[in-house]
Amino acid sequence: MDILVCVKRVPDSAENEISVGPGGADIRREDLVYSVNEWDNYAVEEAIQIVERVGGNVTVVSVGDTEAEEIVRREMAMGANQGLLATDAAFTGSDGLGIATILEAVAQKAKYDLILTGAQADDGAAQVGGMLGALLDWPYASLVNLIKVQGDKSLRIGREIEGGSQEISDIELPCVLSIQTGINEPRYVGIRGIRKVASVEIPVLDGGALGLPPGTVGAAGARVRRVDYFVPQTGAGAEMLTGSTEEVAGKLVDLLKAKGGIK
Amino acid sequence: MDAKIFVFVTHTDGKADDSALELVTAARSLFPGCTPSALVAGSGVGPVCQEVAASFGEVWKFDQAALAYPNAELLRPLLVKVLPAGATLLLAHNTFGLDLGPGLSVKLGVTYVPDVVGVDGLEGTTLRAVRQEYAGQVSSHVHCDIAKGAVITVRPGAFKPADAGAAAGQVVDRSEDATGLAARRTFVELIQAEAGDIDITREDVLVSVGRGIGDKENIPLVEELVEAMGAALSCSRPIVDAKWLDKSRQVGTSGKTVKPRVYLALGISGSFQHVGGIKGNPFLLAINKNPKAAIFQVATIGVVADLMELLPVLTEKILKSK
Ligand SMILES: Cc1cc2nc3c(=O)[nH]c(=O)nc-3n(C[C@H](O)[C@H](O)[C@H](O)COP(=O)(O)OP(=O)(O)OC[C@H]3O[C@@H](n4cnc5c(N)ncnc54)[C@H](O)[C@@H]3O)c2cc1C
Repeated sequence: MDILVCVKRVPDSAENEISVGPGGADIRREDLVYSVNEWDNYAVEEAIQIVERVGGNVTVVSVGDTEAEEIVRREMAMGANQGLLATDAAFTGSDGLGIATILEAVAQKAKYDLILTGAQADDGAAQVGGMLGALLDWPYASLVNLIKVQGDKSLRIGREIEGGSQEISDIELPCVLSIQTGINEPRYVGIRGIRKVASVEIPVLDGGALGLPPGTVGAAGARVRRVDYFVPQTGAGAEMLTGSTEEVAGKLVDLLKAKGGIK
Repeated sequence: MDAKIFVFVTHTDGKADDSALELVTAARSLFPGCTPSALVAGSGVGPVCQEVAASFGEVWKFDQAALAYPNAELLRPLLVKVLPAGATLLLAHNTFGLDLGPGLSVKLGVTYVPDVVGVDGLEGTTLRAVRQEYAGQVSSHVHCDIAKGAVITVRPGAFKPADAGAAAGQVVDRSEDATGLAARRTFVELIQAEAGDIDITREDVLVSVGRGIGDKENIPLVEELVEAMGAALSCSRPIVDAKWLDKSRQVGTSGKTVKPRVYLALGISGSFQHVGGIKGNPFLLAINKNPKAAIFQVATIGVVADLMELLPVLTEKILKSK
């Protein structure tokens, strides 16, 4: 099974305080810790496990700036066989459809049986996988938390839906699946693993190589444009308790008692 | 544009989902004064159509045995066939909407606007919408060209449900259009989530732990607090993904919906999928080291602190106060 996995380099929202930069043009990027999007890491692990079971090849691709190479390398250290980086100044400002269009062009350059994406990334849009499936005219399923290979024509898959129930379906190959967290336990990547792939060449694909004329993707082709970031004014917000650890703990105890939180 | 605004109505056990009337409100904030049309697909959906008719101009009914389970791959070609050019379709941003919407927008050749939480209006054919990014830590304004139409998914709970209207909607039976549909993804079965050792939906005091706890080895710190309070332990999704706690403990849209009186959130950022599982307006206390965490937007009481420092002190104080 030849599998392409699409990965994104994102500020790690668990590790970072995200704040709005001057004029709202961008978030403050200095001092941010970046990593591979959480959902994508599960997708790569799943691809590796499928290939371990049935044979094949895992290619990881990221659309991003040149710094995205570091996460492609990290996912190769996990066990992906190849890495690709799609980067071009003309890709900047792409909307979801733009990214999906770039990935479609990447997918057309080789023959894949299966394409995996994360269910969503830092912008919470959850759109690229579904768009990619439609552009390729392949069947698609989102939020996949189970994959069983059934011969070389189809997969049995589970989608996690509301309440944690699981929707089981059969889907024909080739197809695009977006992966939900929890489908597996992504393996740990140590410094030694990273070193092993440190000098592996990661081919770079630009608009020319992908046959994407300027204006089709990037800001010029985007129908959805982010104008600014801002911090919403939300009602009263929480009443914030301050003081030393002792004082705060004391206040919490009083409040919990008053509200019946301590039995 | 009125005749071209559609709401896809999903339903469960013969009743329309809450999202239906929220989507009506969202449609009206987009196109003030509009009366959208509803699309209802399924098997035996007559009653659902009647139920929602008062809120819509028209209700298009697609009643076919093959549509008994809402398979987005089957519904996509149907919608491509029946939606008029230039249509704007609103869907809930839930596990069905995000399965159907992105691909549908491509097949219709229209703009896709995901997970909208607010609308600032329409200027010409530019929709000005509000979204959230980075697990709700920051919001963004987006401008979307919807001249050719749009597929818009709307965050559940972000818009108030519209009052049941007086729109005397006509039910139009379009089931004939839904014959001969084929998809390369076929539904097999639905496996219900398993019950766990405790039922957190029945607990009135919940202590909920999130990724901020850092390590499995720190869970006992939380368990000690839970015991001191006489509360029950719940969690956010990453804790279940990491297999530190059982799935039955997970609060949120893909976990359990809880209705406690008191909810203490420890190291939880406050994503809408988590908060969406907390109902009944509890007294919500949040402890998080990040002052910008979205959980503080919904909490009653907030504390910016490191759990590792605060939890032991808190537990001890509670034990002493007894
Ligand atoms: C379709 C779908 C369904 C989902 N369903 C659910 C669901 O049902 N339930 C759910 O919870 N999530 C769900 N999610 C995931 C959700 O989007 C978030 O990823 C998740 O809720 C984040 O969990 P968290 O807040 O524990 O972790 P994070 O977002 O990583 O937040 C951790 C928080 O801990 C804080 N922290 C870190 N260290 C410390 C410390 N030492 N002391 C104090 N604070 C600290 C950080 O500041 C941060 O705010 C779903 C996602 C999708 C796409």
